Amino acid sequence: MIRLILGLLLLGMLGLGALAAPWAQGWMGVDPFAPDLMARYGEASAAHPLGTDELGRDLLLRLLHGARVSLSVGLAVAVGATGLGTAIGLLAAWRGGWVDAVLMRVADGLLALPALPLLVVLAAVDTGRFGLPRGEAASDILRIVLILVAFGWVGTARLARAAALTQLSLDYVAAARVSGAGEGRVLLRHVLPNIAGPIGVAAALAVAGAILAESTLSFLGLGIQPPAPSWGNMLSNAQEMVFSAPLQAVWPGLCILLAVAGCTLVADGLRRR
Amino acid sequence: MPGLLAGRLVQIGVVLALLSVLTWLAMGLMPGDPVELALSADPRLTAEDAARLRALHGLDQPLWGRYLAWAAAVLRGEFGFSRLYAVPVTEVLWPALRSTLVLLGWSLLLSAGLGIGLGVLGAVRRGAGVLADGVALLAQSLPGFWLGILLIILFAVELGWLPAGGMAEGWGLAEGARFLALPVATLAFVNIAAYARHSLSAMREEMAQPYIRTARMKGLPERQVIWGHAFPNAAIPVVTVAALDAGSLVSGALVTETIFARPGMGKLIYDSIMGNDYNLALLALLLAALVTMLATLAADIVQRIIDPRLAA
Repeated sequence: MIRLILGLLLLGMLGLGALAAPWAQGWMGVDPFAPDLMARYGEASAAHPLGTDELGRDLLLRLLHGARVSLSVGLAVAVGATGLGTAIGLLAAWRGGWVDAVLMRVADGLLALPALPLLVVLAAVDTGRFGLPRGEAASDILRIVLILVAFGWVGTARLARAAALTQLSLDYVAAARVSGAGEGRVLLRHVLPNIAGPIGVAAALAVAGAILAESTLSFLGLGIQPPAPSWGNMLSNAQEMVFSAPLQAVWPGLCILLAVAGCTLVADGLRRR
Repeated sequence: MPGLLAGRLVQIGVVLALLSVLTWLAMGLMPGDPVELALSADPRLTAEDAARLRALHGLDQPLWGRYLAWAAAVLRGEFGFSRLYAVPVTEVLWPALRSTLVLLGWSLLLSAGLGIGLGVLGAVRRGAGVLADGVALLAQSLPGFWLGILLIILFAVELGWLPAGGMAEGWGLAEGARFLALPVATLAFVNIAAYARHSLSAMREEMAQPYIRTARMKGLPERQVIWGHAFPNAAIPVVTVAALDAGSLVSGALVTETIFARPGMGKLIYDSIMGNDYNLALLALLLAALVTMLATLAADIVQRIIDPRLAA
């Protein structure tokens, strides 16, 4: 219970920060996107609580704007991957036979591969051909979300399949069928609520995984492109300046750490409840 | 066992074949082909030259035709050239593979050793459980690349004890260890989480079993109860973790090598994709996937050896 509360508290804090970014910007009266070359590498001060980066932009505001990107990517991937995974898992458990075999072999194959090199390959694809120009924040986010969903459904699908197989063999399912419920109703109204627990845990872990994966890709320069701030690409800037401004590398990483730890705590809390 | 081995090797072959097709298609969608790069490098090239070059290298063929030609060559054992490094692909692949295997080997040893030690300690000592849980949570939440940067700041920038990146020039063991220390620490720490968590819960479960009480009652020293009785049983799920974790270890190596500028498979894949060196990228990717799947297979075989129930 302590874990759940602690995790929700952490995520709530970061979420509030993300929501408050535009107001904080208006209140502090600084534009985190406009370079100010006279204020480069600024120390922490009243005007810039965490100092400024190599272009004189306020670090705190960029972190808050980065939170919007990182958290929304995490949430969107978790929703997409959990939805897709649950659907595939249910389908495999319910249909059985060759459908089950094919879906699970695909899942096995994806699980057996090292994910990051494949993500790098996919992230380097020229999405401009599909109407998703690179370098625009919105289409970058969409591209990353799609890629991470394509890899993220596997764990949830296996979990949902195993849980659904157990439920489908129970008497209440037979009772529902005998009393005339259609297969769709059996799956959605009877089986799905009963496997929601483990799926909820998997979803919380999926948010954590997605935030880590997005920041890693952005760090490698393949995710969210600057000037839009994300915690990952702020770190990739900071690495080039470890000798001149080492503190800049601390804050974005700390944000990622707190967000991922928050999700993991929530998942742990849900599991033990 | 031979049946399992044959089945798994077939599966690995199928996955590699599918992966090569999908990657080939994905690479067809990446911006810029080698001729375009040549055009931007040399302004004297004309449109006719470009067309001639495309025909010479088969780039005017459809994607499928090029894939089949490439696959046939690879199956004959002709791996072709790297465009980026202008040498045969095998000349860059093998040194990179060796460097990555060294990194992976030490990291695996360190993370499994520390993680299992922490998990066992957490299960048998009251109070150490919180420590094991805490370290596992931290390791799981810490982005590997951030830890790498922090270690560079601390040990290379502030203290100046260790190099910030690169590879040892000579063959000296001590020199090589200096360059390995930070990358191995980075990669190992992130992977401690899974080992600590699973050995903690597995050991807790085993220590509550009746046979542990029996072993204690017949007067065995606690050390033998833990390592001789409980641990071998708890090791089974931990080996499963090792099998499942092979992929994340290889993924971690990519990031770690990029941060520390270590020439290895990870950096090779990244650089070759960024540099439009499709042949090298594809072969390096397939090799990384093959290493991962063989590692998983090895862990599965070890699991069958230590757990006779699975072998049946």
